[in-house]
Amino acid sequence: MKVQDEPTAAEILPAIARFLRETVTTDSSAHTMFQARVAANAVDLAAREATLAPRFDAEETARLTKLLGEEGDLLALNRKLADQITGGTLTLDTPGLKAHLWATSMAKLAVDQPGYASYRRAVKRRGG
Amino acid sequence: MTGAPQDGSAAALTAALSSLGARLFPDHGSVQDLQRLSGGASQETFAFSYETGSGLRPLILRRKPHERVSALAAGLETEAELLKLAAAAGARVPAVFHVLTAQDGCGVGFIMDRLEGETIPRKILRDARFATARAILARDCGEALALIHSVSADHLPSALRPAPGSVRVAELKAAYDTIGRPNGVYALALRWLADHLPQDPPQLTLVHGDFRHGNLMIDEGGLAGVLDWELAHLGDPMEDLAWLCVPSWRFGEIEKPVGGFGERETLFLAYEAAGGGCVDPARVRFWEVLGTLQWGLMCSGMAEVYRSGADPSVERAMIGRRASEVEIDLLDYLAPLTEET
Repeated sequence: MKVQDEPTAAEILPAIARFLRETVTTDSSAHTMFQARVAANAVDLAAREATLAPRFDAEETARLTKLLGEEGDLLALNRKLADQITGGTLTLDTPGLKAHLWATSMAKLAVDQPGYASYRRAVKRRGG
Repeated sequence: MTGAPQDGSAAALTAALSSLGARLFPDHGSVQDLQRLSGGASQETFAFSYETGSGLRPLILRRKPHERVSALAAGLETEAELLKLAAAAGARVPAVFHVLTAQDGCGVGFIMDRLEGETIPRKILRDARFATARAILARDCGEALALIHSVSADHLPSALRPAPGSVRVAELKAAYDTIGRPNGVYALALRWLADHLPQDPPQLTLVHGDFRHGNLMIDEGGLAGVLDWELAHLGDPMEDLAWLCVPSWRFGEIEKPVGGFGERETLFLAYEAAGGGCVDPARVRFWEVLGTLQWGLMCSGMAEVYRSGADPSVERAMIGRRASEVEIDLLDYLAPLTEET
């Protein structure tokens, strides 16, 4: 991997979000202000993805490899998983399936919407 | 998109509405404050008022411009018809003021009264001025749905699409297959829905189809009107009760299943007391799972809308990334967390 100079992308994104939230929204039309807030949220999402996704993807791949007993890329493994759930080979009684689905969805929410109420409740229940 | 209409069609529309106003009001209603409220490519909503001898009459115009008449004409005329039927049944809806004719030159659609109130969920759920309304909203919604479902099938427009559970599950499966992105939680939900599909009710009723925040006009006194009948169809009446309870419409107030403001029991009791027939909680639960998945697939579908350039806005992209909220909510329904998870 090529090592870039600094600051890193993950460090630059928060500055863009701050610009959108604090500068753009002060003297714009209501519609632009709304769009700028959405854009700031999108930048925050991208920053979370840049930071968290590599680890989450590796963990998901490891869980799927164990659950399905085979290796492959994440998309192929997920296709296999979905097919086996659809076909009834994998059910909620299958050891590990429920835990895998929860872990995967929680990882997605940590990137997409860590403020979503059902996510926050689940974080508490899982003792996180 | 909100704001004054931007192209030359605005002047044409104002002129057409002016001459319509002159015909409808003996004291020559002139057009005031024409504002485009929303609209996709095919359907437009405008707010405006007629200034008449007796004061301002605030109105809403829902229309499709002329050039699209042939393809899509049935929708808005059906909507106007349903508003009249719902009003006759006693439900609170905006009164239809005028159904457009070719002579009016405004396209196909109708004009209805503009209700006062609020539709923004976070204001309704948090602002102090809605505290009294929040306490009675679940009851109001139960009563409104009972009245809507009571409209006699004999009177319903023939354009209404029959869509009981069996049809809806097949549609969601097709939508999932079209999106083509494998998703374990969606696959689990589709499997569960197929395994738990209830018998279609012997009598399909009018179903509003989008009875939730955003389409409910709320004022300090409670539910002021049910809007946006675009998705109305013939179906299982439990679908409307359930859609209102889908977690994504609770806007943070997840412990209050009915729209973030009430309890299911309150909604169900009010529905039954207003003559809505017996509520089957298991059936409502089936429709809640279906509705939750439906919202998820709608979000997932946004990725393609964004990518194709049909709507390249950041807002559209971000709705696509709301798909994962539905996964958590589906797991809460189908595989709730326990000690071991």
